[in-house]
Order: sequence, then structure tokens, then C-alpha cells
Amino acid sequence: MNILEMTKISEEFGGLRAVDNVSLSVLPREILGIIGPNGAGKTTLFNIITGIYVPTEGQLLFKERRIDGLAPHDIARLGIARTFQNIRLFGKLSVLDNVRVGRYGVTRSGFWSGLLRLPGGRREEKETELRAIELLELVGLADKRHEYAQYLAYGEQRRLEIVRALALDPSLLLLDEPGAGMNAGEKEELMAFVRSIRDQLELTIILVEHDMNLVMNICERIAVLNYGRKIAEGTPAQVKNDEQVIQSYLGAGV
Amino acid sequence: MDAFLNQTIDAYYLRIMIIIGINIILALGLNLITGVTGQLSMGHAGFMSLGAYASAILSIQLDAPFALALLGGALVAAFFGFLIGIPTLRLEGDYLAMVTIGFAEIIRVFFLNFGPGGKAVGLSGIPQNTGFTVVWLLVLVVIILNRQLLTSRVGRSFYAIRENEIAAESCGINTTRVKVLAFTVGSLLGGLGGGLYSHYMYYINPQDFGFMKSIELLNMVVLGGMGSIPGTIIGVVLLTSLPEMLRIVDEYRLLFYGALLVILMIFRPNGLLGDVRIYDIKKWWGKKGGRGT
Repeated sequence: MNILEMTKISEEFGGLRAVDNVSLSVLPREILGIIGPNGAGKTTLFNIITGIYVPTEGQLLFKERRIDGLAPHDIARLGIARTFQNIRLFGKLSVLDNVRVGRYGVTRSGFWSGLLRLPGGRREEKETELRAIELLELVGLADKRHEYAQYLAYGEQRRLEIVRALALDPSLLLLDEPGAGMNAGEKEELMAFVRSIRDQLELTIILVEHDMNLVMNICERIAVLNYGRKIAEGTPAQVKNDEQVIQSYLGAGV
Repeated sequence: MDAFLNQTIDAYYLRIMIIIGINIILALGLNLITGVTGQLSMGHAGFMSLGAYASAILSIQLDAPFALALLGGALVAAFFGFLIGIPTLRLEGDYLAMVTIGFAEIIRVFFLNFGPGGKAVGLSGIPQNTGFTVVWLLVLVVIILNRQLLTSRVGRSFYAIRENEIAAESCGINTTRVKVLAFTVGSLLGGLGGGLYSHYMYYINPQDFGFMKSIELLNMVVLGGMGSIPGTIIGVVLLTSLPEMLRIVDEYRLLFYGALLVILMIFRPNGLLGDVRIYDIKKWWGKKGGRGT
């Protein structure tokens, strides 16, 4: 059973077809890379999966359930979490609160429970905090849990964003350029981390990335987009030797 | 209690303290909407007037007990907050500000023409039930409940929306619903403050709840520090007592008031306590004279 099934997805902005007739299946527990030049429609695809955009055509199945047309928060609650290309943390909330907000979709206590500090809500709060600290320890941010997120170093912010996404207990995690702005050493660390969370938390991970090295190393399968169309799909080795891929990355005649 | 206070404290100071209390309730309501959830509302006086008129009419026409009149006023304001929140909270920033100004003006003009509210003459003969004890007891309750709400799951989602709406959605927060909730609760507090106000002044007039009142309340929230409960309280205390203290400079009063606002905003652009937390103070204290915040 495929965890995510995209069938002939298209997205039009005015006259521009940002995503053109893309079909893609994602297997459970795999790490799938989506690569392509700037403007190829990679982030748009993420925005379609997470419900920020509704596809103009095509359908989207998550665990055999249609999710195109659902609101982003409903999709999140089904277990699809993401990070953003340009980091979107809650800057003026503490690191711990960022992760606690991340658990919003999997917790239940409502307005009255919070207002009046009812026992059920208090119990849930305790669990939320424990889980949040546990997750922060995973990336070595537990000591900084009381800092404002905006004062963290860049690499720490990237990690915090991943942890916030993990707080949702997702089965599918979308990482939008997780390695952007990192040096080689940090990227090594990131790769190891992504693999370890996949194994520990039994996740399926899709990542969009520019860095070919990183993608080739970590992904079991890669899909290549160019001008909104999928031009290749396969193992890293297959993709690396694909005519069309070489053309779109290096130009014709090489 | 009130009788005792009336004998021991000068009536002038007692009056200022009561008004500070009422303003704290009003400003904490606006703080929920603008400071915490980040939805710029410039029409809070509109909700205040709804609460003021509704509770006054309940008291005068139906002889309702004070508690019931207050509750009624607050609920009417909350209901309209809810009603107006649903369509308008899809707007952002400047647009929302404009719509809220417009709404407050509509309410003002409505009461200018509303028979049972005395039209432009205003409404008088409201029983003067509001006293120091009632106001400050309610202030205490409002502060405690505010704090409990803001440290809960739902309260954190308010802050998350202010900080980054798209990220908040991706965490599973139904941002539209949460914004309407914040707006409704904020309006409820606006209505409660309005009810206390009308039962203290025993005469109200649509002009009491004009645009300047909304701006005054917004000033308190911004000056004290957006989203901070102690900050809002300090903002209220300062901006309510400053014009009184500045009576010494007489006709230049408003000039000084404006200048002080400008100076404060230059040196503390995030408001007095905008980004100060107990944690930071403790850390600062621990370093003994180290760098603050």
C-alpha cells in the first residue's frame, strides 16, 4: 500500500502551470527526494500535499483517503507534518512552546479546559511537556528550551523546526530544503539525523533539496521535476545517468 | 468595604483607581485580540459601548440585578464580536483595522439614533452599582483566567497565530476558528468593562465610545507590551494616571502626553514589557549585572 498517491496533479496560477500532470507514489518508510532546478515546482508540490494550495486537476490520496481540498490543519491532523524552505518558527515563543504548539494537532483539551485548568487538560499538558522535552533531547536543544526561538543559531532553528514537525507524531514528514545554508559537516549530521528519525519513528520522509550530494546519499528514490513536469524517477544511480536530467541540470550538448 | 474606602481614601484617588480597574479589564480584552493573537483591532470601544448600553438598559428597563446586567452586557458584546469576527478575521493587518474602525463607528451611529438608549442625549439614571470592590475583584478574576488561558493549549495557539499563521496551520491549528474565539473572548471583556463603566458613570453618551477611546485602549496595550499581561496592566496604569499627573502643566497636558508616548516608543519599541519574561529576569539576576533580556 502506498502511503501517498498523487495522480495527475496539476496546479495553475493564472496562465502558469507550476505543476503539470505529476503522478507520484510514495512507499511507506522510504526517503524520497524531489529535485529540480529553481522554479521547477518542488515547493508548490509540497504546498499541494499540505493543503495550502488546492490542485487545479488530479487527486491526492493519503493512506487511501482523498485529501485534496482539505484545509491545511485537517491534513496536519491526519499525520502529515512539514518544515519550510524559509524557516517559519514562532520567534517570540520559547523553544519548548514551539514544540508544544507542534503537538496541537494531536492533543484535545479545549478552551474551557484551559481557562479553568480542568484536571483532564492538566494531565494532557504534562504529557505534552514530557514529550516535547523528549523530542528536544533528540536534537540537543533541551538545554535551550526556555530561550526565545528567534535567538537560536541558524542550524538550531532548522533542527527546532524539524522537531516541531515531529511533535505532531506524523507518519509522513515533508522537509523543504532542510540543508539550506548549512556547511558540509552540518549536512553530514543532518543526513544521519534524518535517517535515524526515519528508523526510530517509522516515518516516511519526502525531501526537497538542491544539494545533489545530500540527496544522492540519503534518498532511496528520487523524482526529478523540471518546469512542473516529472522528467525522471528512480534510484539515485538511475537518475544520475538519465539523459533528460543531465540536460536540465547542465544544459544541452554536454 | 466600599463605605470604608469612601471614608479613608480621597474621592479623587478612589475614582482614578476604579477607572484604572475598568481600563485593565478593557485592555486585557484588547490584548487578547491584538497583543496575543496579533489581529489589529481599532474598534474596541465599539464592544465597550455595546456592553455599556446593553447592561444599562437591562438595569433601567428590566430592573435586572447588577450581576445579571453585567453578564448580559458582556454576552451581547461577545455575540457581536463572534458575528463580526467570522467574516472579518479572514482579513489581515491594515484591512482588519479598517473594518474594525468602521464597525465601531456603525455602533456609535446606531446608539446616536437608538430610542431606548436616549439617542444623542445619552442615557442617564443608571444605578451606580460599580464600586472599588466589585471592579478589583473582577480585575483579579480576569487576570487569573487570562493567565490560565494563555498558558494552555488554546492560549499557545493564539500566540502561534500572531507569530506565523502558515506554520500554525501546519501544526493542526484551525486558525480561522481560533481567531474568532480570541475575538469573541476579547469582545466579552470589552462588554464587561463597558457594563462596569456605565454603572459607574451613571450617565453614558455615544461620544464616550468614539474612535479616540479605541485608540486610547490600543495605546495601553502597545505601550505596555503586546501580549504581556503585566505589560498591559502597566500600560493602563501609566496612561490612565499620566494625564492626571500632567494636570500641573495644564493646557500643555496633551502635548506632554504625546511626547511621552513618542519617547517611550523610541526606547522600548516592543512596549515596556513586550519581550520580558520572568525567566529572563531570573537569568539576568543570576548573572548579577550582566546584560538584560
